[in-house]
Amino acid sequence: MYNFEYKKAGSVDEAAGIVGADDEAKLLAGGMTYIPTLKQRLAAPTTVVDLNGVGGLDGISADGNGVTVGAMARHAAVAASAEVAAAIPALADLASHIGDPQVRNRGTIGGSIANNDPAADYPAALVGLGATVQTNKRAVAADDFFTGLFETALGQDEIVTSVSFPRAGKAAYMKFPNPASRYAIVGVFVAQAADGVRVAVTGAGPCVFRVAEMEAALAASWSADAVAGIGISADGLNEDIHASAEYRAHLVTVMAKRAVAKAG
Amino acid sequence: MTVSVSLTVNGEAVSADVEPRTLLVQMLREGLGLTGTHVGCDTSQCGACVVHVDGESVKACTMLAIQAEGADVKTIEGVADGDTLHPMQQAFHENHGLQCGFCTPGMIMSALDLVKNNPDPTEREIREWLEGNLCRCTGYHNIVKSIDAGARAMRG
Repeated sequence: MYNFEYKKAGSVDEAAGIVGADDEAKLLAGGMTYIPTLKQRLAAPTTVVDLNGVGGLDGISADGNGVTVGAMARHAAVAASAEVAAAIPALADLASHIGDPQVRNRGTIGGSIANNDPAADYPAALVGLGATVQTNKRAVAADDFFTGLFETALGQDEIVTSVSFPRAGKAAYMKFPNPASRYAIVGVFVAQAADGVRVAVTGAGPCVFRVAEMEAALAASWSADAVAGIGISADGLNEDIHASAEYRAHLVTVMAKRAVAKAG
Repeated sequence: MTVSVSLTVNGEAVSADVEPRTLLVQMLREGLGLTGTHVGCDTSQCGACVVHVDGESVKACTMLAIQAEGADVKTIEGVADGDTLHPMQQAFHENHGLQCGFCTPGMIMSALDLVKNNPDPTEREIREWLEGNLCRCTGYHNIVKSIDAGARAMRG
C-alpha cells in the first residue's frame, strides 16, 4: 500500500471540505472495497478521509412512506433491522446476502453505492425500488445516480448521507453469487415499486440497468412465466474468468424468474 | 510518518506506533507479537485474520490499525481462560475441527460471533455464516461439527 495522510472527519462538512480542496483525497466508509484497492496499489490517495467518526449517519428508520437508511449503516444492521424487515423485507434480505458476515459488519450502504461496483448488490435494490439518494447537496433519483462503471452522479465534494426506499408491493432479489467473493455474477431485483413494476439487474453489465420488456410483462402478469421467455442481448455485458457475456445474459432471465417466484 | 494508536487488546491497554497505511492485522502481528491472527489471502476473502473489534467479527486485513484507536479488540490469544480452553476451542480440539490449522483462529473468532448472534444455530446457518472463512484443506465438515458442539457447550 502506498502511504497517505489519514484524517478522521468529525462532520460531513469537514469531510466534504477536505475532498473538495484536494482531487486526490478519498473518502473511506466501511472500506470493504477501498482498503483492498489500496492494498493492491490500485489507488494512491493523498489523504484518506475516514467517515467512521461522523455521528448521525447510521440511522435506520421506517414510516408509512418507506425506509430511510443512513449512509454509514452497516449491511448487518440493515439485515437485522426489524423495521426494514417489516416495511421492505426484500431489502433486509438483500443486505443479509452481501459478501460475508465480516464484510456485512463493516460495509456500508453509502460506501457501496458511491463506489458503484458493477457486481455490488445495493444498486439493484436502489434502482429496483426507485429509491432516492440524499447527499449533502441534493436528492438524486436512483435512476440518475448510477451513471457507469464505478461512476455515479456524485461530485467531488458530494457525500451520500442517506438513501430513502419507498414501500413496494411484492419484491425480491435473487443473485447468482461468485462462490468466493459473493459478489453478484448476476443479481436481479424485481418489485411492484411505488411507481410501477421495476426489474433492475446488477453484475451483468458495466452498471446496474433496468429491463423494460420484463417490467412490461410483469406489469401485465406478475408471474415467473411472464419473464421466462424474455432474453436480453449479450452485447456490452461483462465478460471475465467467472462468466462469459452470453452466460450472464442467460442468468438475467433465470434470476429474474427466480426473483419473481421468491416474491410470490 | 507514524502515529500512536492506543487501544485495548485482549483486555489490556496497549499502544503502538503505526503508519496510516498499517493494517490492523500488521499491528497485531508485527507490532504486538500476537501472531495467532493469520494472514491467508490478504485480499479480504479467506477470513484467517478475523478478530473482534468492539464485539463484532471483522477482517483485520481490511481495517486500518489507526481506525482501531480506542477500540476493544479481541484476538484468538484472548479467548482461553488461562490454561483452560474456551468451550469453542475445546470443541475444535475434540471434533478435530482442523487439518493444517491455518484457518482455525479465524474460524473460531467467526464462530464466536455467530453464537453471540445465534446461540443455537442449525447446520445450515453455521455453513452460511462461514461464507467468509475459507479452509484450504476443505475440512469444513469437522469445522461445522466443532461449531455445533461448541455452541452447545456454550449454551451449557
